[in-house]
Amino acid sequence: MGQVRVESVFPQLEPLLPRVSKPVQYVGGELNATVKDWDSTAVRWALMYPDAYEVGLPNQGVMILYEVLNEQPDVLAERTYAVWPDLEKLMREHGVPQFTVDAHRPVGAFDLLGVSFATELGYTNLLTALDLAGIPLHSADRTDEHPVVVAGGHAAFNPEPIADFVDAAVLGDGEEAVLELTDIVRTWKAQGCPGGRDELLTRMAETGGVYVPRFYDVEYLPDGRIQRVVPNRDRVPYRVFKRTTMDLDAWPYPKQPLVPLAESVHERMSVEIFRGCTRGCRFCQAGMITRPVRERSIEGIGAMVHKGLEATGFEEVGLLSLSSADHSEIADITKGLADRYEGTNTSLSLPSTRVDAFNVDLANELSRNGRRSGLTFAPEGGSERIRRVINKMVSEDDLIRTVSTAYANGWRQVKLYFMCGLPTETDEDVLQIARMAQEVIRAGRKASGRKDIRCTISIGGFVPKPHTPFQWAAQCDPDTVDSRLRKLREAVNSDRSLGRNIGMRYHDGKPSLIEGLLSRGDRRVGRVIERVWRSGGRFDGWSEHFSYQRWVDSAAAELEPLGVSLAWFTTRERDETEVLPWDHLDSGLDKEWLWADWQDALDEQEQDDCRWTPCFDCGVCPAMGTDIEVGPSGRTLLPISPVGKGSPVRNPALTRH
Amino acid sequence: MQKLRIRYAKRGRLRFTSHRDVARTFERALRRAGVPMAYSQGFNPHPKVSWIGASPTGVASEAEYVEIQVVEPVDPRALRTALDAALPPGLDVLETVEAGPGALADRIEASRWRIELPGVTPDELRTAVAALLAAESVQVERLTKDGRREIDVRPAVVSAEVVADSTAAGGTDTAAPTAVSGAGQDAGSAADHGAPPEVGHVQPDDSAGLPRSCGILVTVVRQTTPAVRPDDVLSALRVVADLVPPVPAKATRMAQGRLDDDGRLVDPFARERAAASAPAVGEQEPGEDVVGGPVA
Repeated sequence: MGQVRVESVFPQLEPLLPRVSKPVQYVGGELNATVKDWDSTAVRWALMYPDAYEVGLPNQGVMILYEVLNEQPDVLAERTYAVWPDLEKLMREHGVPQFTVDAHRPVGAFDLLGVSFATELGYTNLLTALDLAGIPLHSADRTDEHPVVVAGGHAAFNPEPIADFVDAAVLGDGEEAVLELTDIVRTWKAQGCPGGRDELLTRMAETGGVYVPRFYDVEYLPDGRIQRVVPNRDRVPYRVFKRTTMDLDAWPYPKQPLVPLAESVHERMSVEIFRGCTRGCRFCQAGMITRPVRERSIEGIGAMVHKGLEATGFEEVGLLSLSSADHSEIADITKGLADRYEGTNTSLSLPSTRVDAFNVDLANELSRNGRRSGLTFAPEGGSERIRRVINKMVSEDDLIRTVSTAYANGWRQVKLYFMCGLPTETDEDVLQIARMAQEVIRAGRKASGRKDIRCTISIGGFVPKPHTPFQWAAQCDPDTVDSRLRKLREAVNSDRSLGRNIGMRYHDGKPSLIEGLLSRGDRRVGRVIERVWRSGGRFDGWSEHFSYQRWVDSAAAELEPLGVSLAWFTTRERDETEVLPWDHLDSGLDKEWLWADWQDALDEQEQDDCRWTPCFDCGVCPAMGTDIEVGPSGRTLLPISPVGKGSPVRNPALTRH
Repeated sequence: MQKLRIRYAKRGRLRFTSHRDVARTFERALRRAGVPMAYSQGFNPHPKVSWIGASPTGVASEAEYVEIQVVEPVDPRALRTALDAALPPGLDVLETVEAGPGALADRIEASRWRIELPGVTPDELRTAVAALLAAESVQVERLTKDGRREIDVRPAVVSAEVVADSTAAGGTDTAAPTAVSGAGQDAGSAADHGAPPEVGHVQPDDSAGLPRSCGILVTVVRQTTPAVRPDDVLSALRVVADLVPPVPAKATRMAQGRLDDDGRLVDPFARERAAASAPAVGEQEPGEDVVGGPVA
């Protein structure tokens, strides 16, 4: 935060770039990026996605905040990403600090460093960035000269494992919260920084929506469980509430999506068609912490697609949400967009996973103007029983009917997503996945009259997450998960004539156990993260960089002297009265309702969706003063001024002679 | 169906783009510019864009070529403006022409590269270049996807000269026009026939500044299989003269074309430019004298 002159580090970085892999990821220059004059802005944010550029750049959260902040005349926002170990080594050798890709400014010079955590496996990358930036790893060691490190994203709903490393965490929707934080910093700086960093953080905490871990003390019971978490000063609330942005049409971001020069994991633009989900899948943290459902209007979606295509030139538009086929006007939206962009080689995609025939109709409509790839469904559980436990209400008949329709409509490949290691799961539940895949192939051959259709089953390890009904569950140990997956592979291959059309993708259970430690850990886990990082841990979300042994050893060294362990945090079932590390962080969900839903899960009882049935008192709307915002509005998309040929944009200047 | 040919530059930090990066960026820019692209038929339609020998990752260029097909007639001059506006700064459209007969690839046989070696004195460089030219064969090793591979650099090198550095303190990625024509004369190869002069372009981010001594090599290299790249020429200098630059060299492709009998490059668009009465040359370039330039 100092007033020293801030210059680009690019001259120092540039000679290093020919020596690293994919140097283009470090040069910035994205279409629609913003570079502002440093000295004419009052508040400066560095926004970080703590993973590789190719993963971080397309992240919608960072893109939205970047644009919201840069629209403020006196605010500057730039982006920074995790650098790969090859560049990290060279940066250390040559004294090049962590930099932003926009203007290559040193991250340590900004007022705030906002870090978006979609997954806990990015924690070690946060430490690398802080260290390269010259920011002390521990919040307690920072001075007024250092940026305020703010965590956001889904992992911020339990920031306790990184409580020592962040100054603050924001729960929930970020677009209004970043403006509020900006106001606080602007005012504090204009007043001459009264009370220093401590006062600044107190002003943030006072809002009730910003969690400042250092202002809370955690007390433990002799058995290692938490006794209580209490504020240690005045002006700090007992509970911190999540933010909810209600009117999505008032926040049509990103308006100018970033288009990278480098290849990224999502080669498309995205429009978020609604936020929140009340399907109530019990494993799904996103569905629990983003309630209630708030739809963007059909006109709002149409306008964002139109402007976004003009601004980016992408060939594909993703209609994003947690379950996109559930938008109350999805049929009109997809038909309207397909009509508008007929003949422009623009395709639409729904990363939706609802299993019903309606979805296939949608998919046919979506692929009308572009490429037709595979269809994806997520039954999540192999047996009817386990699907009742997780509240994924899909019958096998539905699934077979749906895939038959898909194959009959010319789709050749169906992907099915499942989880392994779910609460109450037995070998038999997992083996049912093989039987289901075989049924899919049989039905598909019959419906299409062809032998060359494919079905891919993709299996992820289940990780119990905070703020879900499964937050009390024992995580399945990796050996059990691996043994079930081995048996599943044998079952898939047992019938060769069907098995050769079935692909199987899965990871071993070890990374899931570490994700489980970081998801439900408390402040004591921070020592493990730091030890792993100090012994070389980086990019834990990447199998080629992840070392299970390093985590196991570090956990043993740091946790066992405290009377707890890796197993204590992961495979131990919690009881109803235990104080959970995130209990003082309020997602709106009533803890009693979550417990009741956990008991219903164990009883194999399903729960309906409150969009179509009466409220079942999860607690979010009354606690947050919100309500579900859904259509239908009954409106449709009007055709827009003529689109081009072979392009969604028409440019009369080109053909006027 | 109309075909258009485009010459563009890859400058400054954009030199770190790979060919795939450039291709993706180009296709998106064509869509943003509203160019009525022709698409291939079939399950997975692609816009009809043909690339000709892209420069390697990390190497800048003032002379990259690409050909596109459109479904409605497009004015080349308007295309130049619209496409340049849609591309990020650093990928700059220099010239567009409606394609004449014959394949564009047949008009390209060799490249002229300018390689800046900061920290290497012109004398050191001159000695090394003389050793390279004196050799009959120089084997260098290159790491490829399939492992190490030996290539002989020498047969591909048509000419190589060390030129006076008139931009030393400026530290631009590409030379200013005067420097280039000066370089051309120094190299004894004269300005390339009919080619527009290269235009300097500095990005604020790239003001590194070269160290005081900076040897500059200008070399014409034939396109062979496997291709001999600037890196390979530098490897050859290491092999023949133990020349190891203290910091990475910066290479720029200045021109491409066929070699005439005197070993000079013939501009690939010379024929189109002669045929067109109103060529679509960018305003930023002092194009008039170029248009009237000699034609091979």
